[in-house]
Amino acid sequence: MNENKTQNTILTDVIIVGAGPIGLFAVFELGLYDMKCHLVDILDRAGGQCAELYPEKPIYDIPGIPMCTGAELIERLMEQIKPFNPVFHLNQMAETLEKTPEGKWRLKTDVGTVLEAPVVVIAAGGGSFVPKKPPIKGIEAYEGQSVFYTVRQKETFRGKNLVIAGGGDSALDWALNLQPIVKNMTVVHRRSEFRAAPDSVNKLKALIAEGKIDLKIANITGLNGADGRLDSLMLQEEGKDAYPLPCDTLLAFYGLTMKLGPVAGFGIPFENELIPVDTATFETPVPTIFAIGDINTYPGKMKLILSGFHEAALMAKKAFTYVFPDRRYRFQYTTSSSNLQTRLGVSDKDKA
Amino acid sequence: MHIICTDLDGKEHKLEATDEWTLMEIIREGGIPILGQCGGSCACATCHIYVDPAWKSKIPEPSEEEIGMLDGAFEVNENSRLACQIFFNKDLDGMRIALAPGSI
Repeated sequence: MNENKTQNTILTDVIIVGAGPIGLFAVFELGLYDMKCHLVDILDRAGGQCAELYPEKPIYDIPGIPMCTGAELIERLMEQIKPFNPVFHLNQMAETLEKTPEGKWRLKTDVGTVLEAPVVVIAAGGGSFVPKKPPIKGIEAYEGQSVFYTVRQKETFRGKNLVIAGGGDSALDWALNLQPIVKNMTVVHRRSEFRAAPDSVNKLKALIAEGKIDLKIANITGLNGADGRLDSLMLQEEGKDAYPLPCDTLLAFYGLTMKLGPVAGFGIPFENELIPVDTATFETPVPTIFAIGDINTYPGKMKLILSGFHEAALMAKKAFTYVFPDRRYRFQYTTSSSNLQTRLGVSDKDKA
Repeated sequence: MHIICTDLDGKEHKLEATDEWTLMEIIREGGIPILGQCGGSCACATCHIYVDPAWKSKIPEPSEEEIGMLDGAFEVNENSRLACQIFFNKDLDGMRIALAPGSI
């Protein structure tokens, strides 16, 4: 037995990096041809940009669907791929990709999930969603010690002189959640209105009125401290000089942004942060690794969801030859193929 | 028609502007890799710019949605706007804007 292989390694046919609309539809196209998929995504739910950036915004250019929202499209795709039982590894980032001695791909995530498959599909869109970091000089030296962008363990913040930056749901949820265990809490937001659930806004305002949370309407323009320990933040209120606000911990919630991340180190060539592909197969220059959706590039590429759907279909045809080298690919229609209908769970036998 | 766009290094770029295009599209078409991650649907804040105060009166006020979205931007001030929400027209010929941190 290979010494690198642990008993926790998950074997599958295809590993899909990214569970946005294109990664989800890839499950469908691969599933029709009997290939099982595992998906990895850094978000806590499927949907990618549709779920994170514009769940409530309308989309008008999905063939056959005159209008649906981002969230509805994901809901429909999830329903469409249900017969193929995809397995999701959410809240984790695909971190390394290496070839096994058997010629398969081994993908590890930042929380230790290990997947192995003969085929990898990169459907990572604009990259990983990661917290936006304030462009304050020297902030990196404090990150992980006194400056945080997420709450991994509440206890980290017990007894702290905490500043929470931001005015959205994440900022308010954590302000309410952590207020009872911190020493002091200040919420710093750029304006007096909050863009969050009305109930949270009311609760926050009540705590401010009781004097349990201090509110500063300001921008954070600098940090003071040493060796990763924070002494104060520089705040700038409109029309005033910047002043220091003493604190020992900052929790900043400015939303998420997309960064390419570890996929850049997978050994696949990139051009301007995009992966060049062969448009007959959507295979990258590395055989058995495919790239579909917004992350790929080819002459004439249009970053549309519908382009990604097409790319998924052609990808699946080539992936089949790697997953089942001994089988012959048979082009079929879902309308007429009893084979495909059986896989979809809609054959006469299934209905009976 | 054109706009003048100052990048994060303080360098000015004269960019050809087209009627009805958003400033985000004009900046991108002009070769400046503005992020605009959501594709111009007022759903992120990665096309944050500052509009020169002299030109502010020539453009419509931001919507509630745009103001809310600016919560996810940095170093926001009274001249802050999202470039995807401003449509160019002939009255804006020569308009001056500057990229804000986080837009590239």
